[in-house]
Amino acid sequence: MSRFQVVSGKGGTGKTTVAAALALALATEGKRTLLVEVEGRQGIAQLFETEALPYEERKIAVASGGGEVYALAIDAERALLDYLQMFYKLGSAGRALKKIGAIDFATTIAPGVRDVLLTGKACEAVRRRDRQGRFTYDYVVMDAPPTGRITRFLNVNDEVAGLAKIGPIHNQAQAVMRVLKSPETAVHLVTLLEEMPVQETADGITELKGAELPVGKVIVNMVRPHLLDEAAVRAAAGDRRKEVAKTLAAAGLSAPTKLVGPLLEQAAEHAQRVELEREQRGVLAKLGLPTYELPLIGEGMDLAGLYRLAAELRSLGKAFS
Amino acid sequence: MTLHPAAAPLAIDPLLDDPATRIIVCCGSGGVGKTTTAAALGVRAAERGRKAVVLTIDPARRLAQSMGIDSLNNTPRQVKGVEGPGELHAMMLDMKRTFDEIVEAHADKDRARAILENPFYQSLSAGFAGTQEYMAMEKLGQLRARDEWDLIIVDTPPSRSALDFLDAPKRLGSFLDGKFIRLLMAPAKMGGRAGMKFLNVGMSMMTGTLGKLLGGQFLRDVQTFVTAMDTMFGGFRTRADATYRLLQAPGTAFLVVAAPERDALREAAYFVERLAAEEMPLAGLVLNRVHGSGAARLSAERARAAAENLEDGRIVDQEAGKAVERGGAAPDGSSPEASGTYEATEAAAAAESPEDHASPDPAAPASNPTFAQASDARSVTTVEQLTAGLLHLHAERMQVLARERRTRDRFTALHPEVAVAEVAALPGDVHDLAGLRAVGDRLADGRATT
Repeated sequence: MSRFQVVSGKGGTGKTTVAAALALALATEGKRTLLVEVEGRQGIAQLFETEALPYEERKIAVASGGGEVYALAIDAERALLDYLQMFYKLGSAGRALKKIGAIDFATTIAPGVRDVLLTGKACEAVRRRDRQGRFTYDYVVMDAPPTGRITRFLNVNDEVAGLAKIGPIHNQAQAVMRVLKSPETAVHLVTLLEEMPVQETADGITELKGAELPVGKVIVNMVRPHLLDEAAVRAAAGDRRKEVAKTLAAAGLSAPTKLVGPLLEQAAEHAQRVELEREQRGVLAKLGLPTYELPLIGEGMDLAGLYRLAAELRSLGKAFS
Repeated sequence: MTLHPAAAPLAIDPLLDDPATRIIVCCGSGGVGKTTTAAALGVRAAERGRKAVVLTIDPARRLAQSMGIDSLNNTPRQVKGVEGPGELHAMMLDMKRTFDEIVEAHADKDRARAILENPFYQSLSAGFAGTQEYMAMEKLGQLRARDEWDLIIVDTPPSRSALDFLDAPKRLGSFLDGKFIRLLMAPAKMGGRAGMKFLNVGMSMMTGTLGKLLGGQFLRDVQTFVTAMDTMFGGFRTRADATYRLLQAPGTAFLVVAAPERDALREAAYFVERLAAEEMPLAGLVLNRVHGSGAARLSAERARAAAENLEDGRIVDQEAGKAVERGGAAPDGSSPEASGTYEATEAAAAAESPEDHASPDPAAPASNPTFAQASDARSVTTVEQLTAGLLHLHAERMQVLARERRTRDRFTALHPEVAVAEVAALPGDVHDLAGLRAVGDRLADGRATT
């Protein structure tokens, strides 16, 4: 059971949506989840149709059975200032640091510091306990950087621990690494049934494993139903064209002979796609990871669609908890 | 499917053919087909007579192979198989190699070695947020300076946000100009200068703090690096500024690439605004993977209703044709209007020439030997089931069309001044020159009508 669920995926695969749906799905029966974003895109706010998230943990949704979803957009600069304040009581010196560009340097130019701060803040939320000693959040779900960058992003603490060999940054980096490499963490990869995202998923898994980071599940997003198989399409394209036209007419459609061509063309494209998807499912099956499929929300993603995906994830059983 | 009246069509060929067009920058969020667009533009430009080079950043393996650049060597290579009078060269950016080359070119041997061996440099050059963006700009400047190509097409890095790519040179500049770097280079130099006294108290405290925070060794690595780089900073800054101006120049054209999805178009709108603010010349929006339908007059609702009508089971005869006749003659539950339509359309069908029936798709002509088998295997599928399937498929397609149109209209309402080229969706991935050529054709056509 992993309390820190990291969701990555190639751009355009809907990883933010899947992360949000997962946070909703895990927030059942009075559970509390924290959904964090780290790329400053305000994707969570857009998805939940709320105003831009500030740098604070804020309740954004209620799930079935009284569960709650909190959200946090982590800002590296604020995280660094908080951190300095917490450990060094810097006060106005923090502002002076900002003024001369040291904060800028640390959060944008210095290699890895930014990522250390982002993962560090998320790990702090994972470990945080209330006065009674219970975890503040039952789960923390991260909308993480895309597959191509995820290993570097998560593993940067190792690198920083190597660069900064002593001091609090070093200790912080090592503490974060202990959480990230433990079974408490699971890194899920979102993909589509298309060649490039699947290839990137396979590469991403190899990299994650190479860095000893715990790979979770493969989530295939936007899966469309197979309405017709190839054999049926071929039959339709052949000697059954006239029959199809007649049947269209029987169903009450006008000018059916003009419809047959375009309809069959669409069917042929569909068949081609089904075939490509079959191939990609084969590639995914060889990865040897648990794989889950989420349906395409035909009307476009909105809040209702998000709750539908959450219900879908929940029905996949206890797989994610 | 036609363009929204508010959006002017983006004419790709005149842009590619105009000798004044020297640089095309493809930008947009991840996963929208930016690299494929850049490659397709390269192929098309070359085949129309340009001597073009495509600078790609992290292309998918098979796309890179299709252009013969499956190995990272950081210099352009000619792409074989391009037809026509022009030439196409392509390269994949190796950011560490690019950075190393700059160091080697601008520092003497000993200093260069000191920099290359510095742990801070190694980490920096291997890819901190921004290095890739900066190096892409640096490489663009180099390619332009070589003046071997009359058209450079640049793919942009999959940045965490649209800003990174434009901000990288500036960010570097502000860092190099900043007080912080001077502090890092020589904390002692700052002492005693008039007016700096107050700041100095803070600064010594800060170096102390940074030392504590990062560990003394790390800070020393940074200081050594910065000191060694000192003489090169001017050059970095000059080149970053030059590249920035190059991007603003009239010979440059930005293409914002997007897919007809909410997030991608939101990012595209943001990019459009940003380019305007930076006075960068925007040529237009390339909207990839747009779906069309040759039967768009049949709405999703009607298609679905007709499919359900067929599935309602009033026809159970396995033998197709007969069933249809029965359905047409006495459809229980179907309206008289429906049978009337049937008769009328029957006549229309008879009037049509046989050519009209020819499928534009090569899939399975009747003579195909495997076809008979397939037909046998599907004998359980009645023509009603088949037709219902086709109609459901069409309903799904129309739903996609409507969603894409809504998303696109939202963009064009916000930015009616932006010309748009729609690229019809391909059923599969692109991994050869023929595929890139097909994308180029669709780009130039600019309308996603099938």
